[in-house]
Amino acid sequence: MLAGALVLGALAAIAGVLAARAPAPPAAARGLVERIDALLPQLQCRACGYDGCRPYAQALAAGRARINRCPPGGATTVRSLADLLGTEPLPLEDRPGPPPQALARIDEFVCIGCAKCLPACPVDAIVGARGQLHVVVERWCTGCGLCLPPCPVDCIRLQPRPGGAA
Amino acid sequence: MTRLLHAFPGGLRLPSGKAESAASPVVPAGLPARLTLPLQQHVGSPSVPVVEPGARVRKGALLARPGSYVGMSLRAPTSGTVAEIAPRPIVHPDGIEVPAIVLEPDGADAWGEREPPMAWPDEDPLRVAERIEAAGIVGLGGAGFPTHVKLREGAASAVHTLIINGLECEPYITCDDRLLRERAAEVLEGARILAHAAQARSCVLAVKDDMIAAMAALDAAGAGGDVEIVAVPALYPAGGEKQLIRVLTGAEVPSGGLPIEVGVVMHNVATAAAVYRAVRLGEPLVSRLVTVAGAVARPGNYEVLLGTPVAYLIERAGGALARDARVVVGGPMMGVPVKELAAPVTKTANCVLVLARPAERPPLMPCIRCGACADCCPVRLQPQALFALARAGDLDGVQDLHLFDCIECGCCDYVCPSGIPLVAELHRAKAEIDVMDRLQARAHDARQRYEAHLARTAGASGGKAPEPADDTEARRAYVAAAVERVRRRRGTPGGAQR
Repeated sequence: MLAGALVLGALAAIAGVLAARAPAPPAAARGLVERIDALLPQLQCRACGYDGCRPYAQALAAGRARINRCPPGGATTVRSLADLLGTEPLPLEDRPGPPPQALARIDEFVCIGCAKCLPACPVDAIVGARGQLHVVVERWCTGCGLCLPPCPVDCIRLQPRPGGAA
Repeated sequence: MTRLLHAFPGGLRLPSGKAESAASPVVPAGLPARLTLPLQQHVGSPSVPVVEPGARVRKGALLARPGSYVGMSLRAPTSGTVAEIAPRPIVHPDGIEVPAIVLEPDGADAWGEREPPMAWPDEDPLRVAERIEAAGIVGLGGAGFPTHVKLREGAASAVHTLIINGLECEPYITCDDRLLRERAAEVLEGARILAHAAQARSCVLAVKDDMIAAMAALDAAGAGGDVEIVAVPALYPAGGEKQLIRVLTGAEVPSGGLPIEVGVVMHNVATAAAVYRAVRLGEPLVSRLVTVAGAVARPGNYEVLLGTPVAYLIERAGGALARDARVVVGGPMMGVPVKELAAPVTKTANCVLVLARPAERPPLMPCIRCGACADCCPVRLQPQALFALARAGDLDGVQDLHLFDCIECGCCDYVCPSGIPLVAELHRAKAEIDVMDRLQARAHDARQRYEAHLARTAGASGGKAPEPADDTEARRAYVAAAVERVRRRRGTPGGAQR
């Protein structure tokens, strides 16, 4: 009887040590990253300080980042992340970044056709070529603002999307 | 009338207010100076114009074609000139503007070429549905769902009962009642055409039990036999689609489901009459009956050309009796307050209600959990719980409690002793959830385009595909490829790069 209890105790101790040393199963962690990523607005704007939405989602899943770093997601995203992760919502951090529901517009009278903005767009929403007029495809633009810095003549503006979220 | 009727939960007995407007026959409303036709008067996608400003059109001419499968044709209600195609205010509490075709009548009201009458009993049901779509017919009971889509979807499944809905359960509205009294034969033949088009095994025409004259007219016009007339007790909202199905068949349409799932298809009596006109007379939908009631000099029912301004109709009925009367299009329970009276009567407008006194609501007070709202809800929802969750922004919680099954009948608003605007809050929550769903769909698209962008740019810089996201075959293959690259690099003499 005593021997049985000792064996069980030893097994429990070994299991405890193993559990404490083992890393989290990759599948469950990846599932959480997907669920967090699904709540982010997918602008890939880097305003959160991470290299895109997915790296931010990975940092959130690992507990390395706070939930209030996404300006285009706004308070809505903070609340959704708080609900998912079981934490308290926080006020949005004061970070420079695009507002929610923005749209980039190229001023065609100023554009010089240098094509520097095309590769900057993470979703390939700018149509054009060297020496040709460039235009932002409204349906594809996420309003991330990454095309503004490369433009040498500053002809791109980030404006509120007409119709908002509709 | 030997059919056993069932009860639906909740509901309210409301004062009828119908005596005045039901007393006199239908009168033509006449020709206003301008007709405004919004490109979307139906559930689905907006119609696409096929005319330009300046075009001269005959009555019944096609002005706009369907924008998609769940779309609708729009036809000229009278002959005239297309003045402009521009945003115009519609019936709405904020007077918002939507794209519309504005028609200037030329006074001749001359028909263009009409389709030939169809010998419908010999026609393929799908051909009948096509004729109904070309005539621009949507559900005229108020929901505005394209009739041909309902028929086509129904053709795929077995329909055991076609219900023609003549309940008209909201107070004040009497246009369906007058339609049955004066044009019973049209409604009956329309019902038979719809039964053929839906391939329904049986057809029931339901009216309220106090619509005595309408029942007499239907009997005189040859009902009975293939169209069973059933009188339903006057309890609001017995005319609601799911409620009426339960009353007549005992079946409950599943939450979030459609009547076809219980083998039923329902159309309004006015829709049936419009179907008759389209199929037998070749006439597209260009007008509808509208009740004008409340604080007006001559309450009654008018045959109104689509696109007639609400203000014109009120004048036609003798004008409002109070200086700062409110106007509602629809009934007192579910009607839409109108801010801009130049807004037009559309396919779904069944009543113009002029209200002199402000609505008598108790002053707004906190919820006392009395349960009156839950008791009267015909869908067996919990309005007090839905309200609290909606206010708290719990969009998942309200969906768990079946927010989207709410038919916004207004019974809960009516009985709340604290005067809480329940329907308005639930409607707002539905809109918020719609917006969230659209944002998520857009974000999902953006993520896919980003991944395509990464794949394209990675191709330009060395042929390495982006790291796959999932712990799947793709990931294992990616890891295997990376290991292989390293092995090959190490195997090359001097460890040189490939």
